[in-house]
Amino acid sequence: MLKNKVALITGASRGIGKATALLFAKNGAKLIINSKTKTDLEKLAEEIRTLTNIEPILLPYDVSCLDEIKNTFNFIHKEIKQLDIVVNNAGILEDALLGMISKSNLEKVINVNLYSVIYHMQYSARLMQKKKSGSIINLSSIIGRFGNEGQTVYAASKAGVIGATMSASKELAKYNIRVNAIAPGFINTDMTKSLAKDKFEERLNSIKMQRIGEAEEVANAILFLASEMSSYVTGQVIGVDGGMIV
Amino acid sequence: MNNEERIKKVFAESLEMDIKNITDDLKYNSFEWDSIAHMALIAALEDEFDIMIDTDDIIDMSSFKKAKELLKKYNI
Repeated sequence: MLKNKVALITGASRGIGKATALLFAKNGAKLIINSKTKTDLEKLAEEIRTLTNIEPILLPYDVSCLDEIKNTFNFIHKEIKQLDIVVNNAGILEDALLGMISKSNLEKVINVNLYSVIYHMQYSARLMQKKKSGSIINLSSIIGRFGNEGQTVYAASKAGVIGATMSASKELAKYNIRVNAIAPGFINTDMTKSLAKDKFEERLNSIKMQRIGEAEEVANAILFLASEMSSYVTGQVIGVDGGMIV
Repeated sequence: MNNEERIKKVFAESLEMDIKNITDDLKYNSFEWDSIAHMALIAALEDEFDIMIDTDDIIDMSSFKKAKELLKKYNI
């Protein structure tokens, strides 16, 4: 489904990012994979090579550092000269109740979860405009749509992603660049593994399908938005949450 | 064609203006040069010179004269 397409995936070494990278590779995409550390990316690259004939391009950089983002897009512009799909997946989760939100916590979460998405959209849109096509998929969260106790900062960052997605989709539609968001619910990743047992059970009970989601199930929705299967879909937020209620 | 002539040609084509009207006095937000045209102009300059222009320079490119100055940073 993604033959001859070049895709950049941020936060690709674990969880939803990793599942997306593997699925894109199986579907023939040329991959540019990002994570903060090269070691993690090398492990993923080995899996991709074993699974397919694709040799991914590894770009370890901090998605919250503007200079590193600039360098990345300069590299793509000069060396690869093509960018069709961007999956803004990198994100962090740090909970804090109101009254305990520090400035550094706020800045860190907003930088990684929101600023990085806007910067990546800004640079990728410029490359995609030249070709008059592209698909940008931003990872939001069910928490960004409905909020949750102790997650004011995380929710604000992920709600921001939805607002940025909607605006960018309107601005870029005339260039045939589609921008959509995915709002996963409770997904089996490192991010949710750290939950205490009672909290884990509480979350499960709020899901109509009565089970946790798998990263591969989110990756399937991302593939849909990345591929021509969704050629007339833009400005949408697709929930992948098994009917979860928060 | 020297670089200034090349920049002038890109401006004229992107902004759909007569090349005679592309002078140092030409300023952003005049004639056809609005924000949408600005992004098309940036893309055309990048294609012409095979460069990627920094966001700060895109924002600062407020006139034809300024564009020539800023593009010097890219060895143009």
